[in-house]
Amino acid sequence: MSTSTILNLLWLIPVLPLGAAGLIALMPRRCRTAAAALAIGALAAGFLLSCAALSAAIEAHGEPLVHNFTWLEFGSTALQLGWVLNPLTAVMLVMVTFVGSLIFIYSVGYMAGDANFTRFFCFLSLFAAAMLGVVIANSLLLLFGCWELVGLASYLLIGFWYHKPSAAAAAKKAFITTRIGDVGFFLGMLWLYSETGTLLFHDHGAGCLEASSLARLAGTTLGGAMGISTGISLLLFCGAAGKSGQVPLHVWLPDAMEGPTPVSALIHAATMVAAGVFMIARVYPVVAVVPPPSATAAEVRQVLHAAMESVDKGMGAPVATPEGHAPAAVMKPAEPAPGGHAAPETSTALQVIGWVGAITALFAALIAVAQTDIKRILAYSTVSQLGYMFLGLATGGVAVGMFHLITHAFFKALLFLGAGSVIHGCHEEQDIRRMGGLRNLMPVTFWTYAIGMMALSGVPFLFSGFWSKDEILHSALLWHPSKWPFLLAGLAALTTAFYMTRQMIYVFLGTHRGEAGVSHAAASQGHGEAHAHAHAHGHASGVHESPPVMTLPLVALAAGTVLLGVIGTPAWPWFHAFLSGHPAVFVPSIDVVVLLVMLLSIGIVAAGFGLGWRFYGRGRELAAEGPDPLESVRPDTFAVLRGRFFIDELYEMSFIRWHRECGRFSDWLDRQLWAGMVRSITLAVLGLAWVGRLLDEFGVNSGFDRGCESVRGSSRGLSRLQTGQIQHYLRALAAGIALLAFYLIWK
Amino acid sequence: MFPYLTFLTLVPLVGGIVLLGLESSRPGLHRRLALGFQALAFLLAAGVVKRFDTHTPEMQFVELGSWIPSIHADYHLGVDGLGLIMVILSALILPFATLVSSPAVSNPRLYYGLLLLLQSGLFGAFTSLNFVHWFLFWELSLIPAYFLIKLWGGPRRGEAARMFFVYTMVGSVALLLSFLGTYVATGTFDFAQLADKGRGLDGGLAAIYNIKLQWYSLSTRGLALVLFGGVFLGFAVKVPIWPFQTWLPLAYSEAPTPVTMVLTGVMSKLGLYGVLRILLPIFPEQLRWMQTPLLWLAVASVVLGALAALAQWDIKRMLAYLSVSHLGYCWLGILAAVQVTPGDARWGVEKSAALSGVLVQMLNHGIIAATLFGMVGWLEQRTGGRRGVEDFGGLRKVAPVFCGLMGIALFASIGLPGLSGFVGEFLIFKGASALSTWAAALSSAGLLVTAVFLLTLAQKVWHGPLAESRAGFPDLTLWERAVAAPAVGLMFLLGICPQLVMKLINPAVSGLVERLNL
Repeated sequence: MSTSTILNLLWLIPVLPLGAAGLIALMPRRCRTAAAALAIGALAAGFLLSCAALSAAIEAHGEPLVHNFTWLEFGSTALQLGWVLNPLTAVMLVMVTFVGSLIFIYSVGYMAGDANFTRFFCFLSLFAAAMLGVVIANSLLLLFGCWELVGLASYLLIGFWYHKPSAAAAAKKAFITTRIGDVGFFLGMLWLYSETGTLLFHDHGAGCLEASSLARLAGTTLGGAMGISTGISLLLFCGAAGKSGQVPLHVWLPDAMEGPTPVSALIHAATMVAAGVFMIARVYPVVAVVPPPSATAAEVRQVLHAAMESVDKGMGAPVATPEGHAPAAVMKPAEPAPGGHAAPETSTALQVIGWVGAITALFAALIAVAQTDIKRILAYSTVSQLGYMFLGLATGGVAVGMFHLITHAFFKALLFLGAGSVIHGCHEEQDIRRMGGLRNLMPVTFWTYAIGMMALSGVPFLFSGFWSKDEILHSALLWHPSKWPFLLAGLAALTTAFYMTRQMIYVFLGTHRGEAGVSHAAASQGHGEAHAHAHAHGHASGVHESPPVMTLPLVALAAGTVLLGVIGTPAWPWFHAFLSGHPAVFVPSIDVVVLLVMLLSIGIVAAGFGLGWRFYGRGRELAAEGPDPLESVRPDTFAVLRGRFFIDELYEMSFIRWHRECGRFSDWLDRQLWAGMVRSITLAVLGLAWVGRLLDEFGVNSGFDRGCESVRGSSRGLSRLQTGQIQHYLRALAAGIALLAFYLIWK
Repeated sequence: MFPYLTFLTLVPLVGGIVLLGLESSRPGLHRRLALGFQALAFLLAAGVVKRFDTHTPEMQFVELGSWIPSIHADYHLGVDGLGLIMVILSALILPFATLVSSPAVSNPRLYYGLLLLLQSGLFGAFTSLNFVHWFLFWELSLIPAYFLIKLWGGPRRGEAARMFFVYTMVGSVALLLSFLGTYVATGTFDFAQLADKGRGLDGGLAAIYNIKLQWYSLSTRGLALVLFGGVFLGFAVKVPIWPFQTWLPLAYSEAPTPVTMVLTGVMSKLGLYGVLRILLPIFPEQLRWMQTPLLWLAVASVVLGALAALAQWDIKRMLAYLSVSHLGYCWLGILAAVQVTPGDARWGVEKSAALSGVLVQMLNHGIIAATLFGMVGWLEQRTGGRRGVEDFGGLRKVAPVFCGLMGIALFASIGLPGLSGFVGEFLIFKGASALSTWAAALSSAGLLVTAVFLLTLAQKVWHGPLAESRAGFPDLTLWERAVAAPAVGLMFLLGICPQLVMKLINPAVSGLVERLNL
């Protein structure tokens, strides 16, 4: 297929699963096979298209291929959306469709006993469509839209067993926690829009990631020294932190394990949670642009134009600042220049991202040490690894962060599906203390799980996780702003090896501690997925290996986990080269620093394994009920870790309570204050009416009455004169005449 | 030309009169007749949409005749994009309300007759361009609504109806008095002429008032503000803006559900329509003077409205506060758009974004809120009038279709991209965040709180174990599905292809923005 054909067909990749989701939604429940076939077929077709897209992207040498169209017009302005094919899109597409297809296939086995099988595949397809939309979007708005749909799919799938109150609560928590970040994302997006006038990433020079917009963003500062780009980037990072479970918004991810295990694997480990990392990688030029210390916008534009020649092709490419010219605005190089060159400036946003990533990496790894639910351990491990990805983005550029994202997707999906297989085999048991000895009972699961575990811990050479983590450590060591993130990440690596050893020993070694034959629904401590597998209760004869439809995806993912390492070794950094649009070169000699970091990281892994073995191995018999070996040594620390640093409790006591109080306050305002004012106005009006009435009755009326009375009184007096007897009149007349005469005489 | 707009108002009016006079005991006759008249009105509205020219900001379908020459009250009808989408909304929501009405409603003759009269009042108000004519319909729509609440409402219907009427009446009286003052000063009731005077370069209306009225030795500014305040109060109560909303939760929750649909779907838009047709073009200067305090009120509507919803246990009251919050976004967009800005094109873009957002939000909120209330109505019909948040649980198990459709409406209300609620919010915030950043930033808290209480609602009503008393809860019937499907379909359609609406309103918005640029 030619490049333009594949570009024109790119929209099909998300729309195929979307159509499948729509069709499945209208299917009756009994069409199980058709639903699964449709969902898997749509995604598999997407995978083939994605492979074609990847080859097209390789041919294009990093040049972004875009297709834009008008979505709506307001006033006389057109708002455009579009899709883009560049290396970043291509690798994500292949990863999401490949891992997704495997997890879809696995789900056929895992969900076989569920009554709502068709609904499950409907939601899964919806998720795949939204995620692929995020990947191909060439507009921040389209990305945001699909991003929210991804959140919706996650909400629906976490709450898939909605009759369980814990699942319903976890679904709500996930949606709301990520939405806190999304509000920041939304505002950042609007800010970017009004500053650059476009939300398209690439638009033949006019997109918001292209030189002229970047110059504008870098050249304008807010009050203080903060550039607009910093503000926008930090707001966008809020969204990424919410979606990717970074501290302090990580609380939803472990609870999200209430969903069926394939969901945990696909959404909450491999793809969706990585969307935050992907988004930051997508807008990397904005995040990394450094406000010039003192330069006019025109100068900035000039320098950026020079710089963008390489950056346009891919994000994070090294920038050759012309010698002698003051570095007015500098793009973050992909690989820190090893010695000799002046250390480049790191943008404030990247510093924040690096710090948050490093802290999260260690924080979550520590919590994972003390958890007992097999899926929650993996969930905290995911949070920790996402922290690594952000650290990689911040210190090493797009390629470093993205490489870990891709390798992590494979091995974490593998681990989760392995965990699902274990849970399935142990009849919905999720507590690792009730497992043990599964190595012989579930050989395929054991070996694939071991591969995933070694990749996650970073066992050298054979496993992809080693190469990607090593690169992050390497770039963190060379990071200019601070060395602390490197130390935190190193400690986190140690902790990772430790808790994975603990988990392996608990689950697969030793003897089985479960109570086979007892009703497992009761034993599953409320996290159980008892509902899913009604059939499992039929034969409680003990632990069994999962069917091939579940183990084959495990094997495929394990193969990927091993093979992927090849493309990102320091000797042949094909992945880097591809993402930054350069030809890959085979470098047989390895830099000394690289070698040192490699040795150090091998040492760290060995130490982690050793510690784990010291506490949990050595033939020690672990008990299901007794205290954890680590707990016997440091009970207080262990309690804090098991309580997850009590962050949930803290939020419950602070934000959630305040939020409720505010609601009550607002209700009170309405019911008491405003309604009270209305009532008092009413009362005042009524009072006036009463005053009027009283005035009428006692003022006006009584005055009127008295007036009448006095008139009547006086007339009564007068009427007395009217006696009607002539002699009275004559007497009065005579008296009058006499008086008159008297008066006249007197005068 | 065929007088579309006259007939649009006339058809439901005649229908209402016919129904009121028709004594018949045949069940369902009145309902069918009412639907027939509404269908006719719908066709007329569709004809208007079809013949509407989307390239001009001018008034179309204009009918102008002398009515009461002595006070310059003309019979002046016409629609632009703004009027048109309101006509569409009324033509959609009223039949929807009729369809959702319980078939067993008492005294159907009066009930459906009043509904038709209400529709006639709404069409009249959305198409008239002269104050006297407009005010007549503005008030006429109040009377059927009052009786519908008073006669078919819940237990506290008397109080609710009285409060609704008196509150709105106070606003209307203030509005009328201000307009009489304006008439005395300007000698015209025509909206377009008043708007021209309002943006006059020589001081606008304030100067005219000062010369002609000279009341009580008020200052020029004070006088103009008093008259502006009267007009504002009329709309502030109707829409409503915080803190004038206290009549609303009671009226919305006590009114029979179909009437609540009309109240929130269309009558609240009547106020916003007034703001956009009257307040914004005629009093732009005064709005600018009061912009900051009014923006605070808009933010309070958005945030405190959403927070108050959180504290409600009655689903209808909760949705009533949801409406307060969502109408607050419209206020936010309008008030941001009056911001004084440099005249360059960039600010014009932001203003047209904000105002387009307001118009789209008016249409979409009308559809979404009416659908949500309609579904609560079905919930009530199935459970003998129960509608407490805690009265249900696990309904999704027995009524998956009901929950699915209502879920779509809820997420549209939350503002999920892909559904219609998002478009308006996005455009309003797009404009407002550039024009008055602080207000937009504060209001964004509303986006979050809305999600919190709507998802809590979903969690409590649908999720968790099925309450035993609700085991026999029936799912939507085929008929109900057929009623709900178009509404939900519209949410998808307008969410995915907003251009369908945008092309109708763009010229009107551009015209408004041009008027705002002094």
